Amino acid sequence: MIPELGSFSLILALCLSVILGSLPVIGAQTGNLLWMSLARPLTAGIFVFLGIALAILIFAFMTDDFSVQFVAQHSNTMLPDRYKFTAAWGGHEGSFLVWTFMLGGWMLAVAIFSKSMPIDFIARVLGVLGILCTAYILFMLATSNPFDRIVPLPPADGADLNSALQDIGFIIHPPTLYMGYVGFSVVFAFAIAALLSGRLDAAWARWSRPWANVAWAILTLGIALGSWWAYYELGWGGWWAWDPVENPPLITWLFGTALLHSLAVTEKRGVFKSWTVMLAILAFAGSLLGTFITRSGLLTSVHAFASDPDRGIFILGILGLAIGGSLLLFALRAPLMKSEASFGGNSREIFLLINNVLLVVSAASVFLGTLFPMIYQALTDDLISIGPPYFNAVFVPLMILLVLFLGIGPLSRWKRTSSAYLVAQLGKVAAVSLALGVVLPLVVLLEFSLAATITVALATWILLAIVKDGGNRIANKSSVSKGLRSLPLSYYGMQTAHFGVAVLLVGAALTSYFSSERSVLLVPGQSTQLGGYDFTLQGTEAVSGPNYIGDQAEITVARNGETVKVLFPEKRVYLASGSPSTEMAIDAGFLRDLFVTLGEKRGEQGWTMTIYVKPFVRWVWLAAILMAVGSSVSALDKRYRRLRKPTLDTEQVPGHAVSGKLRTAS
Amino acid sequence: MSAIIQRWKLFIPVLAFVALSALLWRGLYLDTSELPSMLIDKPMPAFELTTVEGEPVSIDDLPGEMFLLNVWGSYCLPCLVEHPTFMRLSEEGEIPVVGVNYRDRKDLAQEWLEDNGDPFAFSILDESGRLGIDLGVYGAPETYLVDANGVIRYRHVSVLDENVWQQEFIPAITELRSESQ
Repeated sequence: MIPELGSFSLILALCLSVILGSLPVIGAQTGNLLWMSLARPLTAGIFVFLGIALAILIFAFMTDDFSVQFVAQHSNTMLPDRYKFTAAWGGHEGSFLVWTFMLGGWMLAVAIFSKSMPIDFIARVLGVLGILCTAYILFMLATSNPFDRIVPLPPADGADLNSALQDIGFIIHPPTLYMGYVGFSVVFAFAIAALLSGRLDAAWARWSRPWANVAWAILTLGIALGSWWAYYELGWGGWWAWDPVENPPLITWLFGTALLHSLAVTEKRGVFKSWTVMLAILAFAGSLLGTFITRSGLLTSVHAFASDPDRGIFILGILGLAIGGSLLLFALRAPLMKSEASFGGNSREIFLLINNVLLVVSAASVFLGTLFPMIYQALTDDLISIGPPYFNAVFVPLMILLVLFLGIGPLSRWKRTSSAYLVAQLGKVAAVSLALGVVLPLVVLLEFSLAATITVALATWILLAIVKDGGNRIANKSSVSKGLRSLPLSYYGMQTAHFGVAVLLVGAALTSYFSSERSVLLVPGQSTQLGGYDFTLQGTEAVSGPNYIGDQAEITVARNGETVKVLFPEKRVYLASGSPSTEMAIDAGFLRDLFVTLGEKRGEQGWTMTIYVKPFVRWVWLAAILMAVGSSVSALDKRYRRLRKPTLDTEQVPGHAVSGKLRTAS
Repeated sequence: MSAIIQRWKLFIPVLAFVALSALLWRGLYLDTSELPSMLIDKPMPAFELTTVEGEPVSIDDLPGEMFLLNVWGSYCLPCLVEHPTFMRLSEEGEIPVVGVNYRDRKDLAQEWLEDNGDPFAFSILDESGRLGIDLGVYGAPETYLVDANGVIRYRHVSVLDENVWQQEFIPAITELRSESQ
């Protein structure tokens, strides 16, 4: 009975979404204040019913209700409670419910934190989100209802959760990623609402920015968590594999990054409006496409969900409606967007435009590389594969260019910046970066390495440009501390995120070029050397957990004869599914990670294992944290709150007037 | 006039999206579970690389008879699983085996061969993965059967153990041999 209440709750949420997707939007077009004011309460209702549905699904997991098909497929009586809880998003149906619930959460947040915006605008924003919500819930009920029952004979026990998913990384990675993904629907809804109303002014950009910043920050964390999880759980030994399922979040992230910068220009200068709207649509398209790819079985990948063309058709329909519809709307409305200012060829506007172009080209090339095998097969019936060499060859040069402009952008001025000024500002910075780039690797490595030189030079370039810019801004204040206090929060946010780019650069490049690994067969007492460390296998013993049995090896790591760490990698077999799993042992460090994965047992006591030494790999995730913090701090800047009061009274009425005028114009 | 063109340009994204949707729709009905090489029944792609030992090697150095081309790497644990099969094949002289050391490092590859034994006539060092791309490699291990004319005839993705050898390769080889007679 209780699972049926879950379905019922979903149906109620669907009904409310249908109303939210229609009445407030129509109300906004016709000036019906009552219909517009329905938007907020409807949103709250949708959130509550989606929450109830999710709670019921989790309840079914906790109480081992194997008559529910989704529970029977993804849980087991032996599964520890915390994994029963998280198994709710361990498969397609449940994770889509979490996804939709996240959308409900974002919608509620928009409804609450939008008191400063005119009611017609917020009615349109929530209306657009309501249409999306309708599509998602319909999809769930029609093709993938998590509450479907197994009748008449439910199994006595479930099939167990995929062993790779029984892990802390999995508990937090998917919800974070979904939350970031879905956050871009909000920015998208703002853009569509702006297109519908014709209100494409600086105010629209200012309203969007905090949302875009927060969504971007969460997406950044979500991607980093995924990378971290793959690093220590899947045992690829790397932090990024260009897997077809990893790429769509990256595409969204790249579009999102371009969007953040473009929004800044639109807010400050009133230019690039149609470009900004386009980016909002593209970022959202990236997130939908990611869903499509993972859930339709379109691409073969390590962590794609089970393949089902029916679902694919449905999501493709949603994709067509949302993206096709919004692109069409864009084409019809874009001529109404006029730039409010002009700018010269060497201005900050131009530098940010270059940033945007580079980011969009990177996103497009990742997109192409991800989908090309499928496109190729569709056209020729042959199969090909595109691997990391393609992505690295295309992506790395683009990122180098991007970092060069990252140094220039913040120091340049709006409207016009003379080249002489830029040279005066950055000449020394460039010289010092280059010098350090050449000298530092020589001193440390005692040999020339182009990769290390480029890395150090670029990281120094970012760092010094930040220092220089900060110095400029507090130069005419009476004291340093007073100067630092006078800088707005958004400035600190920006520079923190940019500093994160420098950290990412160092982490990514050094771990790619200087990691070492070795596969060996060791018997107890034997040791092997790698990267200056001695790894000695002391022995192995049998271990068992609540739902698995396995072997654990004890490996001492020593440097110059002194023991640094004892590592305990495991090889497990999960009882319910019989699937093996490798639990690697990691000694994490600020400057390097050591880790060992256990392979197969050989002979009486021998074990094959792979040992890795990865310098600076932690910096990759540290960078993601810096970027996320920077972006969130920017969103807290007081200028997004300050304008609350006046807009409420003055813009509400003209808002209708604008939309009225547009209807006659178009 | 130019204003009209300007307006039409705005519809380009819509058209691009429609084309993409058509492709995605088609893509849904493609079978991706089988991974044949695009090079089946085509000649080996040309290459000029070095062996793991550092000697120059090109397509002309490949055996003039039927041989196996095994894609491996020192990082690849499944390669250790199939390794005994290749050792046996080369010891018993059943068929020559050429290695492609795929996206690996020279020193690691040499070490791996020293530690585990070298079943290969020689191993082509494909550090950049360029030859792998030309072959359509998904990842190590993979094994190709190449006939005496240098034409790729069969591809096996993942581990080639004794079972696979008996069930897939022996029939394929027998068929090819009877074909050529």
